Formats: sequence, structure tokens, C-alpha cells
Amino acid sequence: MNPDGDTTFVPEVRQMFGIRIHGRGGQGAVTAAELLSVAAFLDGHEAQAFPSFGSERMGAPVASYCRIADKPIRLREPVTVPDAVIIIDATLVHHVDVFAGLPPHGYVLINSARGLDELGLAELTRRHERGRAITVGATDLAREHVGRPLPNICLLGAFAALTGMVTLASIEAAVRDRFRPRLAQANLRAAEAAYAAVRQVSHA
Amino acid sequence: MRSQMEGSRAIAETVARCRPQVVPAYPITPQTHIVEAVGAMVKDGSLGGCEFITVESEFAAMSAAIGASAAGARTYTATASQGLLYMAEALFNASGLGLPIVMTVANRAIGAPINIWNDHSDAMSQRDCGWVQLYAEDNQAAIGLHVIAFRLAEHLSTPVMVCVDGFVLTHAFEPVELPDRAAIDAYLPPFAPRQLLSPDEPVTIGAMVGPEAFTEVRYLAHHQLMQAVDGFDVLAAEYEAATGHHHRAVSGYHVDGARTVIVALGSVAGTIKDAVDELDGGTGVVTLSLYRPFPADQVRRLVAGADHVIVVERAFAPGAGGVVSADVRGALAGLPARVSTVVAGLGGRAVTKASIQHMLADAHAGRLADLSFLDLRTDVVQRELATPRSR
Repeated sequence: MNPDGDTTFVPEVRQMFGIRIHGRGGQGAVTAAELLSVAAFLDGHEAQAFPSFGSERMGAPVASYCRIADKPIRLREPVTVPDAVIIIDATLVHHVDVFAGLPPHGYVLINSARGLDELGLAELTRRHERGRAITVGATDLAREHVGRPLPNICLLGAFAALTGMVTLASIEAAVRDRFRPRLAQANLRAAEAAYAAVRQVSHA
Repeated sequence: MRSQMEGSRAIAETVARCRPQVVPAYPITPQTHIVEAVGAMVKDGSLGGCEFITVESEFAAMSAAIGASAAGARTYTATASQGLLYMAEALFNASGLGLPIVMTVANRAIGAPINIWNDHSDAMSQRDCGWVQLYAEDNQAAIGLHVIAFRLAEHLSTPVMVCVDGFVLTHAFEPVELPDRAAIDAYLPPFAPRQLLSPDEPVTIGAMVGPEAFTEVRYLAHHQLMQAVDGFDVLAAEYEAATGHHHRAVSGYHVDGARTVIVALGSVAGTIKDAVDELDGGTGVVTLSLYRPFPADQVRRLVAGADHVIVVERAFAPGAGGVVSADVRGALAGLPARVSTVVAGLGGRAVTKASIQHMLADAHAGRLADLSFLDLRTDVVQRELATPRSR
């Protein structure tokens, strides 16, 4: 975890850290994985991101992957034993095996304004180490700050706070490099809000 | 300086630094990001002195490339899958005319059934079209192979295909270093065509050749293509001196003293190396950046001491078996090593470290057949084979 308040603390990655992102076509799952890899790279790590396309349709379930390590990454297989899963669309949790291969020390980040119990996922609270399975209302935050229900970048802020695997500062740099200033700024406000909200919960 | 970027972007930036003068292209998944990016650079002026031609098909793309190259322009295009097949007739013309066109193939399966995912069926179907074929192991290799490809193509006056695994590499973000423009300019001088198709001094190229000389034309084309076996390594060494990046026609990984050697092309090599590293040793890996012309002597030297050679094939020759295996068997003729063909990752099926380790366990236990399919769903095929078919 980051030391309190430091958004630029870079952790050491002892082993490869794998992230799987689930969403639907058009929700930015692929972009989120790419930005995560750029942020991790800017933090000084080796990183890899790649998509697993379904059939390239809006709305179809899609997955994307990101690996972070401190030595060059040669492995090209999908992340089947993730250290973290990010679920952009909570309607997928009962249709796609989004938690496949996730060990008890793994992190779960679900985009939902509802809690795990309400989503019918109370067992996650029992199975995972305390504070590692959470929900964040990223779509609402995106509506508030971006004006559109695009939660992917907002979720990256929550991911940084939840896992400490990337710094918020590097996420900001990755987003500013990718998008026009106004859109980047709006998304980063949402990401910062999610970052703050998750830190508040996990430090409560 | 390294940066984190998509493979397609890295390829497009590299191609732009090689200063192509004509790029005729038609989009097809998963090649699209490459030509979109090249087109955007032509439009915004960052790739100056280049004409981007939007054509109506891949056949037109290669035909326009042939015209441009014959007229003395450094010419680049990219395609994949059915697009490459649609070019097939023109591919043979490009090589027959000795035109140094460079083309990226974002490797993808071919249909039917339609499949947009990665394997090597497309490029392997055109292995005998007379082009040099290079295969990239990662995106740093994709960058280097493209620069070397332009130099090699123009040095030998022969077209070069750079095969890059679709999605797995083209859509992967990973750290890469783009060679700086000055280094590429020093390495790759402006195109000086051997023969120019020009109204000022009219010539006929590709005229009809009858039985009295056609065999000799083909013999000489083979002789010319074979220059690329040593030529690649010479030019790759120069590229290494200029950029620090190491690429060779054939590379061995832990092959000294290895009893088992896996031979592979393309991005699957990384997963295979990781799989081998976790085992007790005794297994080496040979990767081919150069597949056509086939560097048989180098392959033979690297695997000569092995008892068992396993060729991991990303394509399949129905009715025969392995494509690369046939070349490897030829290279090892007279040696005692057994050669097994393992067809892996067709149509985008993931080739995993665990599957490779399972394959090696089968090999060490003497259970690996001469021809097998990695992770074949035997229940599915057995059920289908047991189903009576109406006549």
C-alpha cells in the first residue's frame, strides 16, 4: 500500500502481477488495460497489456489483460490466475466467470454503486482478505465529472488506491498523454475522486 | 529511449522512419491500426514525401505497390489473412520482377470458418511465393525486422514480408525502443533501384519467357533469394552496431547440451522460453526470425546434438501435417534426432506455459506422437467422428 497521502510511491514488484479486466465492448476495457500498462511503465516497471477480443461488437463481453513485473515480460498467454480483477460492468458477474483463477489474496474491484451483498457477492467478502474486494460507483463518478457514463479511467484511480501497484501520478501522466486536455482533465477528476473514496474506505 | 506503446503504433512509426514514398493499402483486421497510423502520418505531414493510396482491394494494393516499386519508389504495404490470399497472384509478380516491396503481415487465421484471431496460416500459405519471410518474436523484433527488411529488400532487389502475430503483438502494449531517425537514415540510404520503369527510357519488364529459359529464371531467383540467409545476419549485425538491438536469422536458447529442442516462429517463443525456464533443464529453444529462405544449415547446427526436436507449428497443412516441420526434417536429414510436429494456437487458441510443459512431459515420457495438436478437445472430435454422416 502507498504510504499515506503519497500518490507517487512506487512499490517493488517481486513477482509478476497479473490483472484481468472484464467489461462489454465499448466500455473501455482495452483502453483501461493499455493505460494501466503505460502507468506501470512510467513507474519504472516492465508492463504488458493486450486484449482478448470477443467478436468486436458493442455490448459483447470482452476481457483485457495487464501484467506488471520488474523483469522483461515474455509470457503471452491470457492472465488466467490474476492478482486482481477489475469489473467494469457489474451485470457480467453472474454471466461470465469473472473470478476464475483469482486466489484469496487477490483484489476485486467492481464498478457498482451497490455493495457486494446487494450484488449477490457476499461470499467475496468471506473469501478474500479484508478490504481486497470492493465496489466503487465509478459510473456515477464519471457522470458527475466527465458528464458521460464512461467509468474505465475512474476505475484506474480506484485500482491505484486499492492495490498500490501503480501510482496515481503515473495514471495521470498516461491519461494526459492519450486524451485531449479537457477530456483527460475530466476523467482524472473522476479518477482522483475514486482514489480518495477507496483510500477512505480501506483506511477506515 | 524506451516507451510503452502498441505494437501497431511501433511498426507504423518505424515504417515512417524508413521513409517509404508510396503506401497503397487496404484495411483488414488485425492490420488496420498499422495502416491507419501510417495514413495519418502522411496526412499530417510527419511522413513527408509519401503518397498514401487508398485502394479498393488487396489485389489492387499489391498491384499498385508493384507499379510504384517498378517506377523507383520505396514502397510499403500491410495486410493479413484473406487479404494476403487475395494478393496471391500479385505476390508472385512482385518477387518475379525483383521488386523490393516491404509488407507487414499481421498474422491471422484464414477461413472458412471465418476467424479473425492469430495463427500463421496466412503467411505459411504464401511461403513459396518467392518473398523473404521474417517472423517477429516481440515488438522490439518487429521494429528491427522492418528496418532490416527495407535494407535487405533493396540490397537483394527482392520483396520482404515481415510477419507479426495479429493481436498478440499488433495490439499488445509493451516497452519498445524506436531507433532514432539519424540512425535509420545512416543505415538505410535512399532507394536506388536496379532497374527503373520510366517513360524517359522505356523498357519492358515481366515479358513472356518460354520453356527455353523459364527454368533458368527460376534457378536464378532461387540463387538470389538464398543470398538472404547470410545477407540477413550481415545486415542485422550492422543494425545492431547502429542501434544496439540484436536480431539474427536463427537464435538458440539454452541449446548447448539440450536433449530436447523446441523450434518455433513468432510470439509463441516467449511463452515457450518461460515454460522451459521453469523445468529442470535439458530443453533448448530455437527461434527462426528468417523462414524464407530457410536457413537449413543454421538450424541443423543448433539442433544437431538433440535426440528429439519438437516443432511448434502455428499453421497446419491439411493432409500432410506440419509446415515448418517439413523444412526442419529436411535440414536434419541423416541425423538420428526424432522430429515431432505439434500444431498449436490455431485461430487464436492461447498457447500457454502449462500446455507447453505438458507437451514436454509427454515428450519425455515417450508419449508425444509424430503429429499432435496442443490442447485438442478430444471429447469434441471423438463425438463428431462417432456421429454417422448421411451420404
